[in-house]
Amino acid sequence: MSIIAAFFAIIRRDLLLAFRRRAEMANPLFFFVLVVTLFPLAVGAQPHLLQAMAPGVIWVSALLAALLSLDGMFRSDFEDGSLEQMLLSHHPLSVLVLGKVIAHWLVTGLPLLLAAPLLAMFLGLPQQAMGTLWLTLILATPLLSLIGAIGVALTVGLRRGGMILSLLVLPLYVPVLIFASSAVDRAAGGLPVAAQLNILSAMLLAAVVLVPLPTSVALKMSVN
Amino acid sequence: MTWQVFFDMGGYAFYVWTAYGVTFLVLLINIVLPILQRKQLLRQLILRQKRGQR
Amino acid sequence: MSVIPAPVGRFFHKMASPPHFYALAERFIPWLTAILLLLLAAGLYGGLYLAPSDYQQGESYRIIYIHVPAAWMSLFIYVLMAVMAAIALVWRMKLAEVMLIASAPIGAGFTFIALLTGSLWGKPMWGAWWVWDARLTFELILLFQYLGVMSLYGAIEDKRSAAKAVSILALVGVVNVPIIHYSVEWWSTLHQGPTVTKMDKPSIHISMLVPLLLMAVAFKFYYLIAVLQNAKLELLKREATSQWVKTLLEKSA
Repeated sequence: MSIIAAFFAIIRRDLLLAFRRRAEMANPLFFFVLVVTLFPLAVGAQPHLLQAMAPGVIWVSALLAALLSLDGMFRSDFEDGSLEQMLLSHHPLSVLVLGKVIAHWLVTGLPLLLAAPLLAMFLGLPQQAMGTLWLTLILATPLLSLIGAIGVALTVGLRRGGMILSLLVLPLYVPVLIFASSAVDRAAGGLPVAAQLNILSAMLLAAVVLVPLPTSVALKMSVN
Repeated sequence: MTWQVFFDMGGYAFYVWTAYGVTFLVLLINIVLPILQRKQLLRQLILRQKRGQR
Repeated sequence: MSVIPAPVGRFFHKMASPPHFYALAERFIPWLTAILLLLLAAGLYGGLYLAPSDYQQGESYRIIYIHVPAAWMSLFIYVLMAVMAAIALVWRMKLAEVMLIASAPIGAGFTFIALLTGSLWGKPMWGAWWVWDARLTFELILLFQYLGVMSLYGAIEDKRSAAKAVSILALVGVVNVPIIHYSVEWWSTLHQGPTVTKMDKPSIHISMLVPLLLMAVAFKFYYLIAVLQNAKLELLKREATSQWVKTLLEKSA
């Protein structure tokens, strides 16, 4: 099997596995919406306050949803031995890892976009920010999956790696959070957002190239 | 300058001395702790060796 | 490599061996301690007593003599850790792994000191214990990165694997350092006006500069001593079953 074929085979396999548990696919989405809902309940429903907080709240919630779904990236493969098989395969592990991350994003990150209009309505996000919200979600959710992959690869072998995973990954998420929420915030105020979006795109491209290698090294370490 | 004037630090005594105090505490702990742990480890290893374990 | 003279090369080769490193550390530490105490005495005397009080901030500015060197160390140590991580990953050098993990708590300590002393300086000067200024936010995240390294190392049982994991984390984290620095600076200046930062003027009076530099050098010597102590402990833990440790135990029993 050629590298390209293996790459798509991995993606297809993961998507198939995820679809077999279709109900679970909605969980990150529900979590995303739920967490956003908590904020008006906690701070009171004043429209001005909610509108000011909207970009940050939406993005923190997206981040938490991404964080919670990270563990599933390599967990089941680790437990049933498929991960070891991937390590032994003659295909470069980086390519397979990239495939897994893409599949993970398709299943856990992309659906979050569906919630965007609803959440914008909940928090009173101005209409002019919607386009930017979509764009930041499309650019940054794969970024979150990619960056998170490093953390998951480092901790997949640990029994209770969940808390450590968060501790490792959140500092790496901070720049993404800052640029994404800043972009939506500026868009809500009618300001230009090209710079923020450009930076997010640059980070995404850099991550696609740079993440698979340390992730592979970390996976090899974790499995042994 | 008298000791009292020095210690008073122009009214900022609390801030200045807490800062210096905590600093030296943290630095001290970071040196003393490994020393104590190493000594304890050596004692344990010697004990184990005496008992013929490895 | 003909550029490096043979004795130097041999020295580094020897240093890479745990028993030699351990013995060398034991010999060096007393001397380093003596130098440290001298530098500290000079720096503190200069900073707390000799240096004049600031005409704007009065005596509270004296926190600078620990705050700034600590902040410098927090960054310096992280970069050092990244270098050691690269060496550890590429050459699988045990000692690089040991020095890497030995540096982490010290770096975390300095970061904590920088944050705390900064807060104690900020309260009388700015009226707030904390502000989300770019530099403070950045330093706080750096603290979390140090803690992450320490947690991950502790969580993995096999210490060679743990060292490998931490090396990867340190390298990825160091890439994050300029990114965070830049992003937080941008964010902070977008959402808040620039805050009063104390040390940006390069023209600092010599009577204040000298103690500051003395303290900075003192902290470097402190780091050396502390990292050697940590490294000795870590080496003993990792090599407890090796021959050189057994010999060491027999000598001290």
